[in-house]
Amino acid sequence: MRRLVLDHTTETTLIAVTVLLCIGLSFGTDRFLTVANAFDVLNISAVNIIFAVGLLVVLISGGIDISFAVAASVVQYVTVLALGALGGGNWAEGFLIAGVVGTGLGAINAFLVYRLQIISIVATISTFNIFFGLLMFFTKGVSIYNLPDWLSNRVVFYEHEMADGSWVELTLPVVVMILCCVATSFMISRTTTGRKLYAFGDNPEGARRFGINIGAMQYISFGWLGLMAGIAGLMQAHYAQEVVPNALYGRELDVLAATVLGGARLGGGKGSVLGCVLGVLLVSITQNGLNLMGVSPFAFKMIVGAIILTAITLSSARLDKLLPEALKSSSRKGSQRS
Amino acid sequence: MTVSHPLLSLKNIKVTFGGVRALKGVSFEVNPGEVHCLAGENGCGKSTLIKVITGVYTPEDGAEFLFDGKPIAAMTPTLAQSLGIQVIWQDLALFGEMSVAENIGFQLAVKGKYGLIDKSAIDAAAKKALARLGIELDIHMPLKELAIAQRQIVAIARALVGEARLVFMDEPTASLTQSETDYLIEIVRNLQASGVAVVFVSHRLAEVLEISDRITVLRDGALVGVYPVEGMTQSRVTELMTGRNFDSAVIAADHDDAPVVLSVKNLTRHGEFSNVSFDLRRGETLGITGLLGAGRTELALTLFGMRQPHSGEILLAGEKVRFGSNRDAIRAGVAYLSEDRLSLGLNQPQSIADNLVMASLDRILSGGLISSSRKANVVAHWISELGVKIGTPDDPIRTLSGGNQQRVAIAKWLAIGPRILILDAPTVGVDVGARAGIFDIVRKLAAEGLSIILISDEPPEVYFNADRVIHMVEGRFQAVYDPRQTSLTELESAVYA
Repeated sequence: MRRLVLDHTTETTLIAVTVLLCIGLSFGTDRFLTVANAFDVLNISAVNIIFAVGLLVVLISGGIDISFAVAASVVQYVTVLALGALGGGNWAEGFLIAGVVGTGLGAINAFLVYRLQIISIVATISTFNIFFGLLMFFTKGVSIYNLPDWLSNRVVFYEHEMADGSWVELTLPVVVMILCCVATSFMISRTTTGRKLYAFGDNPEGARRFGINIGAMQYISFGWLGLMAGIAGLMQAHYAQEVVPNALYGRELDVLAATVLGGARLGGGKGSVLGCVLGVLLVSITQNGLNLMGVSPFAFKMIVGAIILTAITLSSARLDKLLPEALKSSSRKGSQRS
Repeated sequence: MTVSHPLLSLKNIKVTFGGVRALKGVSFEVNPGEVHCLAGENGCGKSTLIKVITGVYTPEDGAEFLFDGKPIAAMTPTLAQSLGIQVIWQDLALFGEMSVAENIGFQLAVKGKYGLIDKSAIDAAAKKALARLGIELDIHMPLKELAIAQRQIVAIARALVGEARLVFMDEPTASLTQSETDYLIEIVRNLQASGVAVVFVSHRLAEVLEISDRITVLRDGALVGVYPVEGMTQSRVTELMTGRNFDSAVIAADHDDAPVVLSVKNLTRHGEFSNVSFDLRRGETLGITGLLGAGRTELALTLFGMRQPHSGEILLAGEKVRFGSNRDAIRAGVAYLSEDRLSLGLNQPQSIADNLVMASLDRILSGGLISSSRKANVVAHWISELGVKIGTPDDPIRTLSGGNQQRVAIAKWLAIGPRILILDAPTVGVDVGARAGIFDIVRKLAAEGLSIILISDEPPEVYFNADRVIHMVEGRFQAVYDPRQTSLTELESAVYA
């Protein structure tokens, strides 16, 4: 048990912070700590969690991606237009088109990073602009409201009316989110490919000397994120019942912060699906709680930022680092460089 | 050894990179269960040869490649691994975020059945490999929490998982202390006893001679010869490696008439060093040696103003000084060459010129701005003064060899016009031949009146290049030796006692 806690410091800390936050919020408003509200948070977070587990794979392999959220918008448009051309389509076709288009957009990033040797943050900032620019240019910013019925109708797997009259609902995005989490978790922790991704992110030169195919690693990680982004895009269109070109614009930074909060290392080689989920949930719970307490929405960003900062300080900076003696030695290193 | 054929036999290996012959028809042979040393200066082709053997590079036509008596038509990294050829790279190529077991069993993890990982098989393999080395280590510990010597063991254990028959160790002791090195040598002996052949690549000739059966020397991409270690001496190996003869002679001289430049009285920093006292005179070179952790670098950093003493005095030319930071020390004419040239001493991606003027920017100002003509003058002056071999001063410093980088690092400090120069391990990662060049510079500077404190964990370096040698043990001055009245063996046995 001790080993388990030590090996998963980030996850344990996040759970602790989340529990404390929930206790605090339950005192703040009696509407917070209800089963219905818990499912609400889950439904709201599903799309971001799907994004996050995709981004996790790229972070593990030592890269970063800024373009996935707008790529998901592109996927939404292309998918809805293609479905229209197919005469309506169905869920299977929807997932297939969204997945293929998403993976293809991810492969473009992998191509830039691997073939053209462009550092991933620069490559994906470029594709972020290109994807979004093309989308706005061709759509002229026009949204699509008339989605096929199967896509815009809510799919509820389980519902139950609580004693207080609120509804507990398990919806399609949550089920898809769970499948994405299970698949990603299996891929990164149980397969040889996953081990190679961790190794490549941890020490690229070391991985290369083991004969690991570096190009394949880039295509797998960015392709996986593309696939997840495609699925997330479809789920978001389903959830919002419309396709708005700039609906996901800016989402990339929220997801990135939540993923890093969940213990993924920007340098690569580290991160878990559980951490990702906890990271996204912590942010969602904070927003949800503030909402119920009637705090001004203008204060949300500020408070969420502070919560992220607190949680990340607790989980990544070990407490002994904050002690004065250690501070001395780290400042010594700094001055030696000067 | 009843086996009639060698384990590995290479003949006529030629490799060319962009018109430069890296290997000019080299032969190389390793017998089963042998410890073989591959010696040569940086750039002599050692690494290229290892990469040919492991299938990273393909030799030109005409090469003969036999493993276990069987010809190998085309070596690849995968084939090399399946034949049991393993390399422990100098940088170890380990994965910091993974556990000990995941590192040791990494080959199993990437070759799992149906593309799946068998965690229990990996743990079992890791335990078995460590047991074979006679090491106990928590296999679930993250690698990044291990000390460098333990990481070395993990790298060796990882090689054993692949049923190693031939293990290359590239500079395995470069970052180890003496006792850790002894420990590693013990492990190599164990490997040898279990029938594994080991090829040792090392700069440290003492341990090479201690451990090897035979030694192959390369120079400028060509084979110099293969020699039995029996009857070999360090100076003979050096001569073979460099093609030059370095006469080591004691240079110690008296400086009693020269004025005292630095006087240290009862200097103490708790937990680092205590009651340190000495005088340093004009033109004198004071050697300080001792094992890692003896407090040498800590003392140097205190003299350089980067740490404050808890008690005691520092006097510069008879005047008591208190350095608030190293800026004060630099202003007072104290220079310190860091022991870690790669990450602390030089700014690797920046140009040679920018590195050289880094400590003396205030001397090349014109109207508050950096004058490019003054800068060029300073750079040209020191490049020629110290004989640094460069393309152009605008090349990144990392393109230079270790010896030339160190010359630039020394020039950086000479450019401030110091009175005292502290050299902390100035030959780490510098070739044998280039080391002699560094010490030629040190002697010349001393002759010109600079006072030098030379710190090294290799006793011969201070013995042959200093006027007096102080032996430090656990933060105290244990003894002072005069090289003219002490033999090197006496000093070495005192240090390694």
